Amino acid sequence: MARKQTRSSFDRTQGLGSAREGVGHWWMQRVTALALIPLTLWFAASLIARAKDDYGAFILWLRNPFTSVSMVLLLIALFYHMALGLQVVVEDYVHTDRIKMPTVVVIHLGCFALAAAGIIATLRIAFGR
Amino acid sequence: MARDDRPLSPDLQIYRPQLTSVLSITHRLTGIALSIGSPLLVCWLIAAAAGPATYATLHGFLASWLGLLLLLGWTFSFFFHLCNGIRHLFWDAGYGFDLQTIYASGWAVVAISIGLTLSAWVISVGMKG
Repeated sequence: MARKQTRSSFDRTQGLGSAREGVGHWWMQRVTALALIPLTLWFAASLIARAKDDYGAFILWLRNPFTSVSMVLLLIALFYHMALGLQVVVEDYVHTDRIKMPTVVVIHLGCFALAAAGIIATLRIAFGR
Repeated sequence: MARDDRPLSPDLQIYRPQLTSVLSITHRLTGIALSIGSPLLVCWLIAAAAGPATYATLHGFLASWLGLLLLLGWTFSFFFHLCNGIRHLFWDAGYGFDLQTIYASGWAVVAISIGLTLSAWVISVGMKG
């Protein structure tokens, strides 16, 4: 049996599904994952290499422009990826819209807040006295 | 809406665990574990921005047995999620779907993530001297 055409040609050309979102979520999860490979490896390697650093040495490392930029990028990619990932977990297991929707909103806003706090802290260290 | 008293298709309690399904749920669980740990990264940056005293307090907690246990768990979660995430990216690109490759890459993820976790800790402790 041929599949019944339920969507207009224009709709199909746009590649957007019923949620009007298309593959945006799926795609950004992959893009952030790709970004996180070098960023998290750099972060883990730096932490291991600096295991014996005291506070002063650690701040000096954070104030290095390369470190500051990498840290900000890490925070953006990490909390973006985390918001998308946790959203999928909630959508898979919570089937009541009245709980699902607010939970997803709280996850997204929470991740935004954490990213903002982390970035501001990084910048304060970078531009501090 | 589906009625709650309807029989469900056989689920987790029926199927024998396989490497593929166990790694799949572990990927999700490590993702959740890393999400729970992510506010610590922000707290750590905020503590560093706040000054040596605040930073020392956080450092003291992380050096306690509970802190070290959490860090060990997050280290493994990180390396597992990273390795299995790369495995996922290959699948997304259309590679590695035959049964033999899927099992080989699965065991590789297990071995490499355990290996990297142990290496990270051995080197960190070595660096600390």
